[in-house]
Amino acid sequence: MTRPVHHPLIDVRDLARTFVRRRRIGRLRRTTDTVKAVHDLSFTIDAGEMVGYIGPNGAGKSTTIKMLTGILVPTSGALTVAGLEPQRDRVELARRIGVVFGQRTTLWWDLPLRDSFDLLQKIYRTGPARHRENLGRFVELLDLQDLLDTPVRQLSLGQRMRGDIVAALLHDPEILFLDEPTIGLDVISKGRLREFLRALNAERATTLVLTTHDLQDIEALCDRVIVIDHGTAVYDGSLTGLHQRGGSTRTLVVDLVDEAPPIDVPGATTRRVEGPRQWLAFPADASAAPVVAAVAAAYDVADLSIQEPAIEDVIRELYSTPPAPPG
Amino acid sequence: MSLHVAVATRAFRRYSTYRAATLAGIFTNSVFGVIYSYAYLALWAANPDAGGYDAVDAVTFVWLGQALLMTVALFGGGSTEDLAERIRTGDVAIDLYRPVGLIGWYLASDLGRAAYHLLSRGLAPLAVGLLLFDLTLPVSPLHALAFVVSLPLAVTLSFTVRFLVACSAFWLLDSSGLRVLSLGFALFFSGMTLPLVLFPGWLGTVAEAMPFAGFLQVPADLWLGRHEGVDILARLGFQVGWIVVLLAACALVLRAATRKVVLQGG
Repeated sequence: MTRPVHHPLIDVRDLARTFVRRRRIGRLRRTTDTVKAVHDLSFTIDAGEMVGYIGPNGAGKSTTIKMLTGILVPTSGALTVAGLEPQRDRVELARRIGVVFGQRTTLWWDLPLRDSFDLLQKIYRTGPARHRENLGRFVELLDLQDLLDTPVRQLSLGQRMRGDIVAALLHDPEILFLDEPTIGLDVISKGRLREFLRALNAERATTLVLTTHDLQDIEALCDRVIVIDHGTAVYDGSLTGLHQRGGSTRTLVVDLVDEAPPIDVPGATTRRVEGPRQWLAFPADASAAPVVAAVAAAYDVADLSIQEPAIEDVIRELYSTPPAPPG
Repeated sequence: MSLHVAVATRAFRRYSTYRAATLAGIFTNSVFGVIYSYAYLALWAANPDAGGYDAVDAVTFVWLGQALLMTVALFGGGSTEDLAERIRTGDVAIDLYRPVGLIGWYLASDLGRAAYHLLSRGLAPLAVGLLLFDLTLPVSPLHALAFVVSLPLAVTLSFTVRFLVACSAFWLLDSSGLRVLSLGFALFFSGMTLPLVLFPGWLGTVAEAMPFAGFLQVPADLWLGRHEGVDILARLGFQVGWIVVLLAACALVLRAATRKVVLQGG
């Protein structure tokens, strides 16, 4: 017996997309530049994964999402999503995916939310019973009951965003693409949204692909992160691995009883001294216990605290490091 | 189909929420109707039987024009305006994510809007005209029916032209220049400014052959009973023929636009 061949839900191989930009140089002459928005990009995503797709502005995030959803044709490379070729089967794919843009709405501006949802049921020809069930569930989870009769233009950004998420999910998509879903939302709305997305993934095994600048989204939602920079993936793996890869450090903040010269203990280096307070850096993957023990043994300590590395710093580090040569 | 009915219904409802605008519009249509009526009465007094119309026909033409002005969106507007805006802002990309045709969607929406404008901005000024002036009524139920049939055709025809203009925004970024141009054509060659029957010689021939004639001149002549028998069908066929040609053009342009967006990235 042979094992069945494993087909990932999203399969991207050597994907590349170049844009041709025309530029005026002088009065009449023009020149064309070729910009590589995405190149040598390969990854696979399995059904049920929650993947964060992050990178600085202009790194190629949106270009990738557009290709994955079929509204942009790749220049080269192979790409399948849910067994379909997005650019060829765009309309069929549209029935199987949901797309949410933080900065655009798929709702109808002057219609009450309820009407937008009704229209979507007709667009996707979702069975009426299934539609009612989905609508009931999502509206409850996202707390939209009291807003169903409000025209979209009167909704706040957070309310509109929740409406957009319901709109993207009513036809039971297998994959939900979210482009900056929490942009501009307040802390409470962000939290509620993340909670909902986690529940969605847990209950329905909906695959989530999320681009964001908000790394808390990633920390709250994604087991896996793909970091893209200058058009290609510079990291693909777990969040923990990202910390290690970035060579990041944790910091032990020591408050001594009296001022002292820089502390010298094995496994840590003193980065900063300010009166009786000192900052000691040690590798993020090492245990803090021996460092703490060594400090406590040799010095008169008033207080101790540990600062975890900020993921922002880790990623900033990654962006500035040139990608390692393949092989 | 049920989707398009739903889209049309919602467009109807959307326009019906602007009551004050509707009332103000009816008032404006009526005022212009009165002004034009007196101008035409003076014109026909000096030149009875001009273009084959008598003075009553001429005044009737004025009020039909006021009644159809908004319905046929002679001044532009309608669902194609939404489309142009969505192209300009890039929101049109979202429409590409939907498994539904753009033309059918926007046409349904425009027909819903037109139905509302006919019932409000159409019937009300016509009633004012009937109160204030002596107007020609359709000479037979058949002519009335022909007129009614020609109305959705006129709206659809005007829609195709506006759709093409809106789609130019895919390439021009802003379709307003072309829109002004097409507006001028629509107002002049539909008969709104002056009935096409008054256009002399070759200009008249050309004007009557252009799609804009199907916006107002064709429905008005059906109402006025200027055609009989097969001729009635020929006039409706004229509208249908242009619709077929222009819808095909819309489909081609939309395909090119989609390809442009998908290939060149907008």
